[in-house]
Amino acid sequence: MSSDEAIAAAVKQFILDEFLPGEDPSELTADTPLITSAVLDSVGTLKLVAFLEERFNIGLAAHEADVEYLNTIADIVKLVESKQQAG
Amino acid sequence: MSQATVLCQLLDAQAAQRPQHVAVEDPASGGAISYAELKRASDRLRDRLVHLGVRRGDRAGVYLTKSIDAVASIFGILKTGAAYVPVDPHAPVSRNAFVLANCAVKAAIVEQAQADALRQELTNLGHLPPLLVLDGAGDGRPLEAALSREQASDPAAPSDTVIGDADDLAYLLYTSGSTGKPKGVMLSQQNAMSFVAWCSETFEPRSDDRFSAHAPFHFDLSILDIYVPIKHGATLVLVGHETGKEPAKLASLMAERRITVWYSTPSILSLLAHYGSLASYDYSRLRMVLFAGEVFPIKHLRLLKEQVPHPRYFNLYGPTETNVCTFYEIPKTIAPDRADPYPIGKTCSHLESRVVDGAGNDVRPGEEGELCICGPGVTSGYWGLDELTRNAYLDTADGKQWYRTGDLVVAEAGDGYVYRGRRDRMVKKRGYRVELGEIEACLYQHPGVRQVAVIAIDDEDEGLRVKAFVSPNEGQKLSIIALKRFCSERIPLYMVPDVFSFAPALPVTSTDKIDYQALKEMA
Repeated sequence: MSSDEAIAAAVKQFILDEFLPGEDPSELTADTPLITSAVLDSVGTLKLVAFLEERFNIGLAAHEADVEYLNTIADIVKLVESKQQAG
Repeated sequence: MSQATVLCQLLDAQAAQRPQHVAVEDPASGGAISYAELKRASDRLRDRLVHLGVRRGDRAGVYLTKSIDAVASIFGILKTGAAYVPVDPHAPVSRNAFVLANCAVKAAIVEQAQADALRQELTNLGHLPPLLVLDGAGDGRPLEAALSREQASDPAAPSDTVIGDADDLAYLLYTSGSTGKPKGVMLSQQNAMSFVAWCSETFEPRSDDRFSAHAPFHFDLSILDIYVPIKHGATLVLVGHETGKEPAKLASLMAERRITVWYSTPSILSLLAHYGSLASYDYSRLRMVLFAGEVFPIKHLRLLKEQVPHPRYFNLYGPTETNVCTFYEIPKTIAPDRADPYPIGKTCSHLESRVVDGAGNDVRPGEEGELCICGPGVTSGYWGLDELTRNAYLDTADGKQWYRTGDLVVAEAGDGYVYRGRRDRMVKKRGYRVELGEIEACLYQHPGVRQVAVIAIDDEDEGLRVKAFVSPNEGQKLSIIALKRFCSERIPLYMVPDVFSFAPALPVTSTDKIDYQALKEMA
């Protein structure tokens, strides 16, 4: 598995376990809107940020805890990778 | 100042007294507006609205992001003698169109981004009033620009500010309705003015105060946010929608903007306490923290007070129909063994209260019953819903009308009332009123749903979680993501269920009604 696939898989599992118990995993794709279709509310978004910071050992700025960076798994992978490269 | 009787007089009085003082700051756009400029902008809008046909006794809609433009629009509408109807700029357009058509607004002020969709939806509903379209909403310039544009092509003559009666409607606030459609709570000038007067007496605002405006304008917390600082010549600091949900940004905004009086729901204060790194900021100017809209779990309040101990903390309670009707000042120290939330407290001085049983008789002291409120702060009812209005009150032999809050309370000696729960299926989610029936009505529109029941579950961390039990149509497999998306297109995000559970059939009672008690036990 390439590194972006590994990130995507970990994020997907976290979202399924934490926010979508009972959901068929195939329904959650890289492009499923998370914040705009109410999978993640504001507390959920903060929990996701805490998970990303701990799991991938990165730090996110306040403005990145936002729909612009976190609305899909694809967006999240991009954000995590950019942080890892910068770090 | 001679005694003001209507809201718009509060602005004009301060514009005369301290014209250059900043009335509103909007950190999101970097804008600020003085009392004199706010008066001028609202006067110009008044002239335009009168030109468009808005008159005393009418309604006009405000469909704008929280901004200086939105504050000026509210005062502009009030100056025509009409009532303003603020809608949630982040709710689905179809829901907002329903609201604006339901109370037959004579005009609406809307941002370009929503204008086409709104026009379409209003046309579908057969009620398309004139729309004043702004390029955006922020520092006040979009409203100025729109008014100048209109003035150049279709000049409006100057008109006078209308000072109506205390009984005139000032605004309509739409809240969740159990039948699946929002309902409009009608609030008069006197309802608002008597509440604002109580705030003056209780919080003693000063012209050097800087109030936060965290709540959206379609939410009743905004009445304190807007009119109390304006009445006292203080400054209102708008907290944008996005910033408002992000504790890190919020924590720094509170310090940078030197907020002296903060007002929000406990949910937001809990987020701040947990994620705001509050100890790293200087909040020495903060003198009061007010919260309302839901129960504040004690562990979160304790965490907040540990980090920011010096301000006075108040628990304010009241439904939209009465605005704040009871209040309780949190003691300086929270006892280490305290686990129960604080009381909702004593009745505000401008209102009267009583606690009744199911038959409408006063309960004995110490017994649980429904809290009922009477006085100048209480709504006259719901727009266009006569039966619902009649059922909302308890009439007593002395001719008084008591609004039945639906909240069950117990009177405790010394502390006032303690909140015990609800009589019906309304819950508070992050301070918003949510009728579980409205969520069910939304899910029933989904073609794959055969039966649905929605319940609320107490949650120690989040206060409350909403769970939907869904029984799909035969042979249908439903996706939770798809159902959440379906809901998010029809109802506000805070109403979308947090958790879904599927079952071939829902449990029923002996009379074949959905057995909510059994569902609660399953949850």
